[in-house]
Amino acid sequence: MTDQAYNFAYLDEQTKRMIRRAILKGLAIPGYQVPFASREMPMPYGWGTGGVQVSAAILTPDDTFKVIDQGADDTTNAVSIRSFFERTAGVATTTATSAASVIQTRHRIPEEPLTEDQILVYQVPIPEPLRFLEPRESETRKMHSLEEYGLMHVKLYEDISRHGHIATSYAYPVKVEERYVMDPSPIPKFDNPKLGDMAAIQLFGAGREQRIYALPPYTQVVSLDFEDHPFEATKADQVCGLCGATDSYLDEVIVDDAGGRLFCCSDTDYCTARRAQGHQGPAFLDSEAVA
Amino acid sequence: MLADALAGGFDTPATQSAHAFRSVMEAMARPGAIQGIQGGAPPAPLSVAAGTVLLTLCDTDTPIYLAGKADHSDVRAWLAFHTGAPLTGPSHAMFAIGDWDALMPLSSYPIGTSEYPDRSTTLIVECAELEANGTTLRGPGINSKAMLSLPETRAFQDNRALFPLGLDFIFTCGDRLAALPRSTVVSRSHGEAAPAQGAF
Amino acid sequence: MYVAVKGGEQAIESAHAWLAEERRGDLNIAELSIAQIREQLKLAVDRVMAEGSLYDPDLAALAIKQSRGDLIEAIFLIRAYRTTLPRFGASEPVDTGAMACDRRISATFKDLPGGQVLGPTFDYTHRLLDFKLAADGETPDAPSRESVPGDVPHVTEFLNREGLIEEAPHDDTPPPDLTREPLEMPADRALRLQALTRADEGFTLGLAYSTQRGYARNHAFVGELRIGKVAVEMDIPELGFAIEIGEVTLTECETVNQFKGSKTEPPQFTRGYGLVFGQSERKAISMALVDRALRWEELGEDNVGAPAQDTEFVLYHADNIQATGFLEHIKLPHYVDFQSELELVRKLRREAGADQVQEAAE
Repeated sequence: MTDQAYNFAYLDEQTKRMIRRAILKGLAIPGYQVPFASREMPMPYGWGTGGVQVSAAILTPDDTFKVIDQGADDTTNAVSIRSFFERTAGVATTTATSAASVIQTRHRIPEEPLTEDQILVYQVPIPEPLRFLEPRESETRKMHSLEEYGLMHVKLYEDISRHGHIATSYAYPVKVEERYVMDPSPIPKFDNPKLGDMAAIQLFGAGREQRIYALPPYTQVVSLDFEDHPFEATKADQVCGLCGATDSYLDEVIVDDAGGRLFCCSDTDYCTARRAQGHQGPAFLDSEAVA
Repeated sequence: MLADALAGGFDTPATQSAHAFRSVMEAMARPGAIQGIQGGAPPAPLSVAAGTVLLTLCDTDTPIYLAGKADHSDVRAWLAFHTGAPLTGPSHAMFAIGDWDALMPLSSYPIGTSEYPDRSTTLIVECAELEANGTTLRGPGINSKAMLSLPETRAFQDNRALFPLGLDFIFTCGDRLAALPRSTVVSRSHGEAAPAQGAF
Repeated sequence: MYVAVKGGEQAIESAHAWLAEERRGDLNIAELSIAQIREQLKLAVDRVMAEGSLYDPDLAALAIKQSRGDLIEAIFLIRAYRTTLPRFGASEPVDTGAMACDRRISATFKDLPGGQVLGPTFDYTHRLLDFKLAADGETPDAPSRESVPGDVPHVTEFLNREGLIEEAPHDDTPPPDLTREPLEMPADRALRLQALTRADEGFTLGLAYSTQRGYARNHAFVGELRIGKVAVEMDIPELGFAIEIGEVTLTECETVNQFKGSKTEPPQFTRGYGLVFGQSERKAISMALVDRALRWEELGEDNVGAPAQDTEFVLYHADNIQATGFLEHIKLPHYVDFQSELELVRKLRREAGADQVQEAAE
C-alpha cells in the first residue's frame, strides 16, 4: 500500500525533475559525474541515499523492483530499502533478477545477464575515482576536465612494483568511451567486465557526494591496466558449495569453530534458481555445513 | 484563453511524469530509438511529445527559449501556468524548443564548460516526421548501429566533435520522440541522397 | 540454510519494537512531554533547530524525544522532515539591530549604549552540581526590570564610524542555497556562512579553538554577542509590502579581529561573523572565528595551511548528518569487498612465499 502522507516514491516533483535532468545529462556524457542537489532522505547518508534518489526519480507504478546488497536480497539494508519503496511507491517487488525491471544494488552486478528492459541503479559511496589520490574536489574536477589521469596510472604502477600486481580488488577504476575515468562503485573487480556493452541502462547515484553518473547500454568500458599487467577479473578459485556454480562470485563463510570454510554464491537469487533447477554443490555431501 | 492555459497539464503529475520521463530516458539512453510519450496536451503549435517533455523536465529552475513559431502567446501562458519556467534567449537556455530552422544557429547555445560539461542546452526539435531511417548513428547506447531521420548531418558531426562538451537533442513528432546526445557519431548512409525532406 | 540469512525483515521489525520499548524506559516513571522538553531542555532544542536548519521548537522537542536524547539523530529527523516541506518563499533579511535582546555583551568596551546585559548565562555559575534540582526543580522568580525601549546599536557600528573596522557593505544579491544546489568550490562568504550555521557544533568549536592556538590565529575579540528575538518579515506580492510572519530567537556574534593595512591603506580591524538559531553562543562564537579564518584570501593573508583556512576541508566535513551517515555506514555488510581483498592478499602472500613460512612454523 502506498503511504498517502508522501508523494509517489517519496520525493516531491520538483526534486524528481532536478534528478531526472541530471540523469539525462549523465546519459549524454557517459562516465561524467553530474552534480545534483541531493536531498536529505529519511535514511542515513552512506546507506544508499544516492541510489534511492535515482530509483525514486525513475520508478513508475508499473515497475517491479529488486534490491540487493552484497548480491543478496535479504541483507538488512536491502530489506529496508525495498520496504521503503513498497511503502512510498507501491511498486511490486521481487527477488528474481529476470522478473525485475529496476534493480538497485550495492556492491554487486547480478550474475544473470541483464536485458534491454532492465535498469541497474548503483549505490555509490565515493563517486570520484581520483579521490584517494587527491582529496580536493577542485583539483579532481580539473584533472577530469584536462583528461589528466597520469596520477592514477602511477598509483596502479606503484602497486605492481611493490606487490607484483595491481593491488585494487574492488571499486576498480574504468575508462568510459576513451574519455572519463569512472568509479564503478565498490563492486569486486570480478564484476568489471559486465559493465561494458551491457544491454541494460546503468545509473549511479552518490547522495552524500551529490553526484549522478550513467552508462548507456552498449557503452565501451575498459578496466585500467598495463600491457604487461593486463586486468584480471578474479574470484575465489572454488565452486559454490550450495549450487556448484563455477562462474559466479563467491562469498566465504566460516562455518565452524575450527575455521571451516564454505564458499557460496554472493548472488542469492542466482544460487537459489540453480538449486531449484536441481544443481547441487559439494557442501551437500557434508550435511553439517548446510544445517 | 486563460482556461486554455489552465488545461493540458498532467492530471496525475507524479505517475504521468514518471511514465513520460522513462520514455525520455530510454530515448536519451538509446540514441535513435523512437519512443511513445503522452500525458500533456499543450496548445498549438507544440506537439504532444514536446509539451509532455516540458511538463516532465521544466520548472522555475529551467530557463526555456521558445524559438520561432513555438514563441506563441498560448504557449507562453501554458508554460507559465504549468511549469513556471522563465523564458530566455538561446544563450541562457537550459531547454530550447522549436523547429530545426528556427532553433539555428546552434552556436548561440551554451555547450557546457570543460569542468561542467553538463551545463549545456537540451534542444527539443519539433519534426514533421520521425523515422528510423536516413542517418546512421553509432556510439554509447547503440548496439552496433541505429538509423534516424535527422534534419541534417553536418551539425551533429560538428556537435560530436565538441565532446564531452556539446548540445543534446530530443526530436519530437506528434506523440513520439527520439534523442541524440552529444556522444553519438553520425554519418550519412552509403548511397543515400541528402535527405532534404528531413528538415521540413 | 546457513548462508542465506533469511528473516532480515523480521529482524528489523523486532529491532524497531525493542527500540521503542527502550525509548520509553521504565513504565513506572512518568513519560516526558514535548512541552517539558521544549521548556526545560531548551538549549538542546535550540541546537537541534540550528543544525537541523528548521525553526520549530515543538518539532525539535519531538525529535529529541524520539531520538532518546541523541541530538545528532534528532537533527537528522528534522533535516529529513524539512526536506519534504514545500517552499512558499524567502523572508526579508532579519534586522538584528532591532533585536529584543535577552543578553548582550561586548568584550571590547567596558560600557556602551544599550548596556552590557548578562542575561540567562551559565558564565558565572560555579559548576557545582545543584542537588536541590534532584529533589525538586522549583526556583524563585528572577528579578526583572522594564526593558529600555529602542534599538540596541551594534558595537561594530561605533568602530565603523571612525573607519577603524573594515566596511561590510550592504549587499542585496540573493545568497546561494546549499540545500537546493550542490556545494561547489570556490564557495563565497554567503555560502560558507550558510554551511557554518548548520555545521556540527563540536566540529566548529574544534576548528575555532585551533585558530586560537595558532593554526591561522586571527586575534579575535568578541566585539559583541547578542541573543534575543527578531521579527521575521516576508514580502507578500499580492499585498505589495512585507508583513511580519513571526519571530525567532537568534544568537549573533561579531568578532573584531586582526587588523590589516599597507603603505597605501591605513590599518583597520577585520570582521568575523556568526549567526545561529536559538541560544547557541558557543556555536555563534566558533562560527565567527572560523568565518574569519576562511576569509584569508579576500583579506590578502597568507595561507599557512591551517585546517580552519581550508574552505573545501571545512565545508565538506562540517555537516554532522553527512559525516555520521558515512561513518556509520561501515557497519553495513562489506563482505563482498572484503572477500576480494582476502583473495588478493592470499594471492600476494602465496607469491611472496609467506604461506610456506607459516606452514613451516606450524
